[in-house]
Amino acid sequence: MTSRKIGLTLGVFLTITASVTGLVIVPNWQFRELQPVKKADGSQYPMPLFGEQAKGREVYIDQGCIYCHSQQIRMKGYGADIRRNWGTRRSVPRDYIHEKPHQLGTMRTGPDLASIGSRQPSTVWHALHLYDPQITSPGSIMPRFQYLYTELRDGEALPPGTFEADVVKIPPQFQKNGVTRLMPTDRGKALVEYLKGLNKTFPLPEAAQ
Amino acid sequence: MSAAVETNPQVEVVSRIEVDRSAEGAVTIYWASALFWLTIATIAGLISSAKLHSPDFLGNIEWLTFGRIRPVHWDTAIYGFGGTAASGTLLWLQARLCQTRIPFPALLIAGGVIFNVGILLGSIGVLMGQSTGVETLELPLYAMPLLVIPYVFIVIANFKMYFTRKTSHTYVSQWYLMAVTVWFPILVLSAEACTNLGAVDGVAQAIANWWYGHNVVGLFATPTGIAAAYYLIPKVIGKPIHSYHLSLLGFWSNAIFYNWAGTHHLTGGPLPAWTITIGVVGSLMMFIPVITIGINHHMTMLGSFHHLKTSPTLRFAVMGSMIYTLSSFQGSLESLRSHQEITHFTHYTIGHVHFGMYGFFAPLMFAMMYYAMPRLTGNEWSSARLIRIHFWCTLIGMLVYAISMCYAGIRQGMMMNDPTAPFLDIVRFTVPFLWIRTLGGLILFAGTIAFLINFWRIVQPHRLRFVTPTLMTTERDYNMLLNKEKELEQNDK
Repeated sequence: MTSRKIGLTLGVFLTITASVTGLVIVPNWQFRELQPVKKADGSQYPMPLFGEQAKGREVYIDQGCIYCHSQQIRMKGYGADIRRNWGTRRSVPRDYIHEKPHQLGTMRTGPDLASIGSRQPSTVWHALHLYDPQITSPGSIMPRFQYLYTELRDGEALPPGTFEADVVKIPPQFQKNGVTRLMPTDRGKALVEYLKGLNKTFPLPEAAQ
Repeated sequence: MSAAVETNPQVEVVSRIEVDRSAEGAVTIYWASALFWLTIATIAGLISSAKLHSPDFLGNIEWLTFGRIRPVHWDTAIYGFGGTAASGTLLWLQARLCQTRIPFPALLIAGGVIFNVGILLGSIGVLMGQSTGVETLELPLYAMPLLVIPYVFIVIANFKMYFTRKTSHTYVSQWYLMAVTVWFPILVLSAEACTNLGAVDGVAQAIANWWYGHNVVGLFATPTGIAAAYYLIPKVIGKPIHSYHLSLLGFWSNAIFYNWAGTHHLTGGPLPAWTITIGVVGSLMMFIPVITIGINHHMTMLGSFHHLKTSPTLRFAVMGSMIYTLSSFQGSLESLRSHQEITHFTHYTIGHVHFGMYGFFAPLMFAMMYYAMPRLTGNEWSSARLIRIHFWCTLIGMLVYAISMCYAGIRQGMMMNDPTAPFLDIVRFTVPFLWIRTLGGLILFAGTIAFLINFWRIVQPHRLRFVTPTLMTTERDYNMLLNKEKELEQNDK
C-alpha cells in the first residue's frame, strides 16, 4: 500500500515538473540567446528603459493599465491588429527581452498600446486623455487619472518647482470649475513619457515572415 | 441484543465524531475566512464592474481605480476565498477519508489566522500601488511568506494523515487531495521564482505567468472541486461511484494534460508557434478527463435526481459538477486558434472564468460547507429559506453574468476584427452588457449575504440545539446526534 501512496505522490510531482520544464525552462533557454539588433543610426533595438520612461513604466504597472490594454501585435491575417493601425508588424520575442515584469496583457477593453508612441506622439494629447478621457475620446470607459495632475485655475500660480513648459491647457469647451490648465505630477509626466516611448515599429528581420 | 451488533456501528460513528471534533476549529476558521473573502471579493468585483460602465463611480480615489480594485477582486477571490475554502476541504475530507484525527489543530488554526493577515496586507499593498504587475501574482512579495507558511502546515498535515491512516482503501477524492497538496506549493514557488524573483525574462516570463494563471485554477481549484464532487454525490444519494476505472483514467489524464494547457492564454502573442500549439493540444486532450469525470458524476446521479429537492448539499454539488462539464467543454473549444482570433482579448474570457469559478468551484465548496458544517459544529442550518435564496441567486446570478459576458465578448471580438468599426463604437456596444454583468454580480452578492447569515448562525455556540434537519440526514446520523446531545448535557451537569 505504501508503494502506491509513494507512486501517486511521485506521479503527480512528475506531471507538474514536466510541464514547467517543457513550457518555461526550455523556451527560456531559447530566448536567453536573443540580443538587441543595431539600427542604421548605430543605436540598438530594443533599448532598456531608463529615467523618466522607467519611472513611467512603474506608474503603468501600479495603475494596472494591463487589465484593459495589451502590448502585443498579432500577425497579419490573424485578427485585425495591423489593419487597425495598432502596429506595423507582428510582435516577436526579441521585442520583450528587457521587459521585467512583462506587460503583454490579455484584455482589449481599450486599444493595444504596443506602439502607442508612434501612433500618438503628442504629450498634450496623452495628458488630456489621462486627465479626462472624454476630452479626446468621447464615450470612453477609461477612468480619469485626475490625481496625476494638479488643476490650475485661471491666473493661479504654478506649484513650486514646476515649469511653465510642462503646463497643459484644457480646451475651452472642456474647462470646468474655472480649471483652465493642468500641471502634471512627476508620476503623470513619467507615465506620458513611457507611453510616448512605446514603439515596436522597428522592422526586426524575424518579424517579416 | 448482542454486544457486537450494538457496538460495531457505534465505533464508526464515534470515530467520525472524533474526526469532526478534532477538525472543527481549523476547518471552521478556514471556511469562515473563505466567506469573509468571498464577500470582500464580491464587493471589489462589483466596484470594478460598476467602474466599467460608469467610469466616474468612486472616480477620483486613486486606491480604488479600476486597475487596482480589479486585481484585488481576483486575488481575494482566488486566494482569499478559493485558497481558504480549498484548505478547509483538504483538511476535513482527508481526515474523514483517512478516519483519523487532524494533526496539530492549534498550528492549523494559527495558520488560518496568518493566511488572512497575508491576504489583507497583500490586498492593501495592491490598493496602495505596490502590485508586482504580474497577473494573478500581483500580491507584493512581502505577503507571500504569510500565504506560503500556513499552506506548508496544511501540506504536512495532509501527508501525515494520508501516510499514517488506519484505513486500507484509498478513495478517488484522496488522489485529488494529495495531488493538490503536491502541486500547489510547486506551482506557487516556481511561478514566483520565474516571474517576480526574475529567474526568467521577457516572453518566457509571460509563459510562466500563464502556466501559473491557468494551473492555479486547473491544479488547485479544479481538483479540489472534483474531490468534493466525488465525495458528496455518492455520499448524499447513498450509491457508489459509477466506475472506478473511469475515475482512474480521469485522474491521470487530468494530471497530465491540464499542466500543459496554460499557453493558450497567449495565442497570437509573440511566442514560437510550438508553445501555443502545446497549449491547444493540452486543452483539447482535456476532453478525456472531462468526459470521464462527467460520466462518473452524472451516471452516479442518474435516477437519483429526486434527492435534489431535499438536499442543499446535493443541489450545489450537482450544479457544480454539471457546470464543470459545460465550462470545461467551453474552455477546450476556446483554446482553438480560430476561436481565440475572435474572443481572446474580450469579455468572453471573463465570462468563462466566472462560469468555471462561480459555476463549478464555488458551488462545490458551498456544498462541502453545507454538508460538513452541521457535523463540525453540531448545529443545524437555521433557515431553509436562506439556503434556497443562496442556491437560486448563485445559479441565476452566475448565468446572467456568464451569458451576458460571453455573448458581448463574441460580438466585441468580431467588431474588433473588422478594421472599419471605430473602437469607441465597440466600447459603446459593450456598455449595456457591462450593466447586465453588474446586475448578475448583485444577484450573486444577495446569495452570498444569505449564506453569510446562515453561516454566522451555525457557528454560534448553541451546541446541538437543532430543530428539524434542513439537510437530508440519515436516521442513523440523526439518532447518533441525539444520543451525543444527551451525553453532552450529562457532562455539563
